[in-house]
Amino acid sequence: MSTTAEAAVTGKRPGVAERLADSRFAAILVSPTVLVLLLVIVYPVLAAVVQSTYGAAGLDEKTGFVSDTEPLVGLGNYTAIFGDAGARFWNAFANTTFFTVVSVALETVIGVAMALIMNQALRGRGIVRASILVPWAIPTVVSALLWQWIFNANGVANAMLGTNILWSAGGFASQATIIVADVWKTAPFIGLLVLAGLQLIPEEVYEAARMDGASAWRRFVSITLPLVKPALLVAVLFRMLDALRMFDLPYVLIGPRKESVETLAMLVQDEASNVRYGAAAAYAVILFLYVFAVAFAFVGLLGANVVDDEDAPPRRSLRERLRGLDRSRRSVQP
Amino acid sequence: MTLVGRESPTARTQRIAAAEAGAPAHAAAMPRRSGSRGSTAMFYLGIAFIVVYCVAPYYWMVVSSFRRTSDIFSLSPIPRPFSMENYVAVFDPGQSFGRAILNSIIVAGTTTVVALLIGITTSYALARLRFRFKRALLAMIIATSMFPQVAIVVPLLKLFTGIGWINTYQAMILPSLSFSLPLAVWTLTTFFRQLPVELEQAAMVDGCTRWQAFRRIILPLAAPGVFTTVIITFIGAWNEFLIALSMTNSPDYQTATVAISKFSGAAAFVAPFGSQMAAGVIVTIPLLILVMIFQRRIVAGLAAGAVK
Repeated sequence: MSTTAEAAVTGKRPGVAERLADSRFAAILVSPTVLVLLLVIVYPVLAAVVQSTYGAAGLDEKTGFVSDTEPLVGLGNYTAIFGDAGARFWNAFANTTFFTVVSVALETVIGVAMALIMNQALRGRGIVRASILVPWAIPTVVSALLWQWIFNANGVANAMLGTNILWSAGGFASQATIIVADVWKTAPFIGLLVLAGLQLIPEEVYEAARMDGASAWRRFVSITLPLVKPALLVAVLFRMLDALRMFDLPYVLIGPRKESVETLAMLVQDEASNVRYGAAAAYAVILFLYVFAVAFAFVGLLGANVVDDEDAPPRRSLRERLRGLDRSRRSVQP
Repeated sequence: MTLVGRESPTARTQRIAAAEAGAPAHAAAMPRRSGSRGSTAMFYLGIAFIVVYCVAPYYWMVVSSFRRTSDIFSLSPIPRPFSMENYVAVFDPGQSFGRAILNSIIVAGTTTVVALLIGITTSYALARLRFRFKRALLAMIIATSMFPQVAIVVPLLKLFTGIGWINTYQAMILPSLSFSLPLAVWTLTTFFRQLPVELEQAAMVDGCTRWQAFRRIILPLAAPGVFTTVIITFIGAWNEFLIALSMTNSPDYQTATVAISKFSGAAAFVAPFGSQMAAGVIVTIPLLILVMIFQRRIVAGLAAGAVK
């Protein structure tokens, strides 16, 4: 009988020796993943940071020859965004932010509404679940083609709206198609995650609230929302980070190098495919920092609990949070 | 040791596991009774709205794919006359769409298998063992799964161009691991956590080492979770576009998503709406069948990461 097992049986906390053995075993189990992530993520990111300090290979100003080596420009690629070349960058930055804020806001509202309806489901749970997975499973490229077809000038969208809008011509109409397509694909996903959170709330809480005469709206605001908040925060965070790196949808739906829909990811890819690696890397690093800042704000300010570790000091459990609600409910009464 | 008797350690633990599995794994959420008849009607209206919202756009794609080129702009809700013309056009040898699907299967399949093989032991460690830097590792894995792929595409594109890896499968598979490995580890970890710890403890009491307990007890029991992870990871890899677009420029190595985005019609000067729709349906149908069959598990897998 091994010592670890003994500790497990007797319920004693494992001693130093056992924990060391566990650690060694864990190191062996974990190392392949760590190695691969170092190779495919950490190394490329560091390489991107280095690359961003180089300019594009081209005409050497001193010798007048075409040179294959890239000149070192230091922070030149970063400061360039404040100059003439910056217009395209700031446009992409604004588009990315606009798409993220508007689509995630719409997705959250629609997703929560979907989750509330699904949570009531007496019958038809299976069919709703199946249909909600359809947009999720469809590749973004295919959904982009699908919405491109719907928003064709002679397509079904104009026919149903009774309009003759050239959706793909740029401007707000093109941005609207991107948002509609993105919301369609991802609102059900938010609905799914929120539904999982809703199902943890016991029915008795609602019954108690109903007895106290709380209206449906009051029950939603005072019970459902606070209790579902952790699941919702994580869902919204995931969606925001996903929207910030949006690429496929505008690229296929409207096309590359279109001012009205170009996102940061599209700008980076376009620069890289035109062999301007330095500028591309600099934009990529900025996007990376942007994503990081949003994630940090969510975890730090709003307390989204993304990393779930049972060994960590416990957060307030559902029961504790319920007790908190109970207290606030009582304090309202005379 | 007399407790064990003649039964082998694994057999005994498996018997316990079977007994455990007999109990419902999760209490199904009780359906809530709606009050009045009016609210019931509202509820069914809501359900209908969700189903139409999710399915109608895709239905339109399917319908359009069965129209003839001459009546592609028709607005009738069923294709009349029904035509397979677009599907024939998709597999025109000039499009090399069949080749693209094969490429997608190779790239997404290899990525999934590699991610699972590498990730499975890590997820077990994250779910069960105590070790230093565990929280940091969890944070790193969740951070990388949310990572903007373009940031790694730039240096890798330069690197792969230098070593002649453009238009190879490995140039797509390796970068794809950057998102599929964290996804696989994360999903698997939540599945491993759902298995009762007592199983391994029982196995270790019966004389198994930790490794044996993992391989003989936990892995077989986690098979449904592993399978679900395979589906979720495969769908992610199958849908990948940016990496495949950047790392290939020859139609021989393009994956299906890239091929679709560059679709040109069989006939010149005609926008190939019909064959685009048909190609979209072909690429999506296998995924939808998988999703329909395993919907319950997939939903559990997707939701497990978000609540707890």
